[in-house]
Amino acid sequence: MYTGDLARDLARAFPAAAGDVRRLHGRLAAAADRDGILDVAYRTVDTPVGPLLLAGTEAGLVRVAYASEGHDAVLEALADRISPRILNAPARLDAPARELDEYFAGRRRSFDLPLDWQLSAGFRRAVLSHLPEIGYGHTASYATAASLAGHPKAVRAAASACATNPLPVVVPCHRVIYADGRIGRYLGGPDAKRTLLTLEAA
Amino acid sequence: MTGKQPFEAIVAAHGATVLRVCRAVLGPVNADDAWSDTFLSAMKAYPDLPEGANVEAWLVTIAHRKAIDITRASARGPVPVAQTPDDSAVPAAGSPGHGLDGDLADAVAGLPAKQRQAVAYHYLAGLPYAEIAAIVGGTADTVRRAAADGIATLRRVYPGAAGPRTKGEACVHR
Repeated sequence: MYTGDLARDLARAFPAAAGDVRRLHGRLAAAADRDGILDVAYRTVDTPVGPLLLAGTEAGLVRVAYASEGHDAVLEALADRISPRILNAPARLDAPARELDEYFAGRRRSFDLPLDWQLSAGFRRAVLSHLPEIGYGHTASYATAASLAGHPKAVRAAASACATNPLPVVVPCHRVIYADGRIGRYLGGPDAKRTLLTLEAA
Repeated sequence: MTGKQPFEAIVAAHGATVLRVCRAVLGPVNADDAWSDTFLSAMKAYPDLPEGANVEAWLVTIAHRKAIDITRASARGPVPVAQTPDDSAVPAAGSPGHGLDGDLADAVAGLPAKQRQAVAYHYLAGLPYAEIAAIVGGTADTVRRAAADGIATLRRVYPGAAGPRTKGEACVHR
């Protein structure tokens, strides 16, 4: 007795336009935030180094990701590591988005944002938390990064901390380069690293 | 490692279907609230949803309960108006004068609740009768009968709903 026509007519009689679902999605994001169940909110921002994914918990910015990392893969990893209660909810990321905008326009030299460090632990976290001491427009070697964290000999560990920085751009691992001047590895690729260093040198 | 998708993907995959179901079961006025209550509640419970669960059936189950809550609340409260300022930009489906398919929406609204639910959950959400029985009570057979009765009524009051009345008519119950 099932006829495709009936299913089609019913679907047309009870429409769910994309705009309606979007509006309800927005309401859901606001309600989830209000009820404290929006464990991770995210949005993307367009920048000179491509679209960046910004993700935030109630504690602060928890992840910045380059397109080359695969934004969907990053969100799935956040679902595993933090919580699957994740929504595209731009409002929580307004401040990071604004500060990044100012940074890429050359009007901001340091970030003033609450950061959630939960994706980084131990020595790696120690290395990353000291990187803002390398000022805007300057670079430092991996040995210097290791020294800042109190272990001058842990150069390789400092390099791997930089390579796994969950908060690139905001936590300036791009300012750490090889002692001989080579630009070194970067999550967003060497071109992105060069773009950031050129921006800061201007 | 749970391997669970971000909840955003659940809304993207099922948001439209759940909205259709809410509109069919409750009508345009209360559908938005039912959708919002359903997804908020689902998001709360999502981390505990067993791996491999049928997400669509799970969402329809929640929507079914929310629809009952809303129906009870509005039976106690004042009669809702057909349009709130929020809806003004969007013509409400099933409201009088909505257009070609307003008649069918009205016909669905006129069905007894059990039939309306069976029709919505089977034809809009695509759930098998056994799943629907687990949600609304009864057996797969009683749900199948309720859906068939509902469809028979829809065909009577809204002949266009059946499309060309050719095949399958013999199976229509009653």
